[in-house]
Amino acid sequence: MVELKSKKVLAGVLASVMALTLATQSGASAGSVKTLTVGFVSPQTGPLAGFGEADKYEVNQMTAYFKKNPIMVGSSQYNVKVILKDAPNSAAASTAASDLINNDNVDLILASSTPDIVNPVSDQCEANAVPCITTVAPWQAYYFGRQKDPAHPVAFKWTYHFFWGLEDVMATYEDMWSKVTTNKKAGALWPNDPDGQAWSGANGFPATTKTIGVSVTDPGLYPDGTQDFTSQISAFKSAGDQILLGVPIPPDFTTFWNQAVQQGYKPKIATIGKALLFPSAIEALGKNGQNLGTEVWWHPTSPFKSSLTGQSAKALAAAYEKDTKKQWTQPLGFSHALFEVMAAAVKSAGSTDKAKVAKAISKLKVNTVVGTVDFTAGPVPNVAKTPLAGGQWRAGVNGHKYDLVIVSNKTAPMVPLGGKVQALN
Amino acid sequence: MIWTNAIIQGLLTGGLYALLACGLSLIFGVMRIVNLSHGDFSILAAYGVVALAMHTNLILAIVLVLPVMALLGYLLQRGVLNRSLSKGALAPLLITFAFSIIIQNILLQVFSSDNRSVQSGRFASMSFKITKNLQIGALPLFTFIVGVLLTLGLHYFLTYSRVGRALRASSDDPGAADLVGINNKHIYGIATAIGLFAAGIGGVLFGMRTQFAPSFGPIALIFAFESVIIGGLGSLWGTLIGGIVLGIGQSIGAQIQPSYGVLAGHLVFIAILILRPQGLMPKQKGK
Repeated sequence: MVELKSKKVLAGVLASVMALTLATQSGASAGSVKTLTVGFVSPQTGPLAGFGEADKYEVNQMTAYFKKNPIMVGSSQYNVKVILKDAPNSAAASTAASDLINNDNVDLILASSTPDIVNPVSDQCEANAVPCITTVAPWQAYYFGRQKDPAHPVAFKWTYHFFWGLEDVMATYEDMWSKVTTNKKAGALWPNDPDGQAWSGANGFPATTKTIGVSVTDPGLYPDGTQDFTSQISAFKSAGDQILLGVPIPPDFTTFWNQAVQQGYKPKIATIGKALLFPSAIEALGKNGQNLGTEVWWHPTSPFKSSLTGQSAKALAAAYEKDTKKQWTQPLGFSHALFEVMAAAVKSAGSTDKAKVAKAISKLKVNTVVGTVDFTAGPVPNVAKTPLAGGQWRAGVNGHKYDLVIVSNKTAPMVPLGGKVQALN
Repeated sequence: MIWTNAIIQGLLTGGLYALLACGLSLIFGVMRIVNLSHGDFSILAAYGVVALAMHTNLILAIVLVLPVMALLGYLLQRGVLNRSLSKGALAPLLITFAFSIIIQNILLQVFSSDNRSVQSGRFASMSFKITKNLQIGALPLFTFIVGVLLTLGLHYFLTYSRVGRALRASSDDPGAADLVGINNKHIYGIATAIGLFAAGIGGVLFGMRTQFAPSFGPIALIFAFESVIIGGLGSLWGTLIGGIVLGIGQSIGAQIQPSYGVLAGHLVFIAILILRPQGLMPKQKGK
C-alpha cells in the first residue's frame, strides 16, 4: 500500500517536472531571455580565503543585477548564471576550471586571487579554448609564470588578465621612502615563495633601489611559516636599516613585527606587500600597526564607477559594508570589475561564440570601478594594467578600527591622496 | 653575541613548540593515539579566546576557555574515540583526521577566513634589555616558563596523584588496570581532557605571538609532532627537550642562512629519526 502510494507520488512528481521542463524549453524558444553561463573560480576556503571573501558577495549581487538588467548580446537578451567554485589551492583551481568546462559547459570563466589560483585556471581555459578573464595577481607572475619559456614569451589566445605590476609597486614604495628622512638603508624580508622570488629577483627591487641610492640588506629568502625571525632582526639592527621592505604572508609579518618590537628594531618607515592588505591583519597587530605601509590597488576614494550599476567606488564599498557588516577590502572592486569586463566583452562580441568573445576581449577598453581596463595598451598582449597607489594604516574613523589612508599616488595620479607619509613612531 | 642571542631566542621559541606538543605527547603516551587534530584544537581554543575576549577581559576569557577544552576532550574521548580503540590503530587516526577537517570548516563558517590574533596589548611587544644586542621579549619568556611549569605540573600529577597513577597503569597495561578496578574508558577521557587543555594553552600563546586563520592547525601540528618525536614518544620531559632542540635548531639554522631556519629544524628531526629513533628521552618501560 505504502509502495503504491509512493509510486503514485513519484509519477506525479515526474509529470510536473516534465511539464516544467517543457514550459522552460518553450519559453527559451520564444526568444525572450537566454542564459549565459559563467564560471567563477575563487578561494573561498583555505589560506587564500581572505582574497576571495568579497567574491561570493559580488556573485550574489551581480546575479541579481543581471536578472533585472539582462545583457543585450546582438539581438537577444541574456540572463547570467554564475557558478562559483571554491579553489583553496592550485590543484583545486585546475580541477574546478576543468569541471566548469566539461560538466557545466560554461561560456566563459572568471577567476581571481593570486597566481596560485589564476594561473592554473587560465591554463585550463587556454587548453580547452574557453575565454577566461582573471585578476588580482601581478601581471608578471601571470604572464611570465605561465610561459613555457619566459625568455621568449608567446601571447595567449583565450586568456586575459588585468592588474598592476611589479614596476608599479616598486615606484610607489620608493616614492613613500623618499617622503621620510632616512639613512637610505633598507632591510628586506623576502619569503621563499613566488612573490618573494619575484620582488627580490633581478627585475625586482634590486634593479631600481641602486638608482635611487638605497642600499638593501637582504639576509636571504626564508620559508613561509617561519616562527623565529631573530636572524633577520639581528641583521637589520646591525646594518641600521631605517626602511623595512617585504612581501611576507600575514602571520609571518605579525611574528616578525612583534619580535622586532621586542628585540628593539625600529625602522622609520615600513612598506609591506601582501601581509597588510586586509583590515583584519592590522587589527591583529593592534597599536603596533599604526602607519605601516602597503600597496593600494583599490580604495573607496578611487575616482571610478561601475560601468554596470553606476555605483562609485565609495558606493560599492558602502553597500558591501552595509550588507556584510564587514569593513571593505581591496579585492571587492576587482571582483566587481571582473563582471564589468565580462559583460562588456560579450556585448562587444555581439555573440556568445567563444572565439568571438575571446577576440572581443583582446580589443576591449572599458571604464570599470577599478579604473580603465584597456587590453589594447597593455605592457604585453593579454594584459591590461590598473592603477596602483600606496597607503598607510591609521587609527580609523567612521566605525573602522583602522583605515587605509592613501599617501602616494606617483603611478596613479588620478587617485586622490588622503594624507601625507608619516614616519613610524 | 649574535649567536648567544640566536640560541636564547630559539630556546624561547622552543618553549612554544613544547607547549603545543605536550598534550599530543600525553595522548599518545596513554592511548597510542596520534591526534592529527591536535593543532586544530589549539587554533579552536585561540578562536574561543578571541570570541570571548570581545565581551570580557583576556584573562577571564582564557580561564573560561581552557576548562571547556578539557570538557570537550573528555566528551570526544568517551563519545567517539573510545569506540574506535578496539578497531585497530587506523580507526582513531582517521577519526582525529576527521576532527581536523570538521574543526577547520566550522571555524571558517563562524569566524570567516580573516586572520585573527589574541590581543594581549602591550604584553606582546614588551621586552627586557639584557645587553645592547640581547633583548628578551616578555611574551616568549612567559611562554617558555609556562611550558616548563606545565611539564613539571604534569610530571608531578602523573607520578604522585591517584588519577595520575591510574593513567600510567592504563597506559602500561590496560588489561591489568581493568582487573584492579580502574575504569580505562574514564581514564582515557581524562588523558584527552588534559591533552586538549594543554593544546589550548599552546594555542592561546601561539595566537598572541602571531596571527592565525582556520587553516593553521596543521602548521602548529608539524612543529608539535617534531618536538614529540625528537624528545621521545610519550615522554613529557622528552617533549619539552624536543621542543627546545627544535627551536634552537631552527634559530641556529636561520642565523647561518635564513632559508635554512625551518629546514634545519626538519633536519634535526630526521637526524634523530635515523640515529636515535626512540628519541632523546624515551619513555622507560615499567616505570
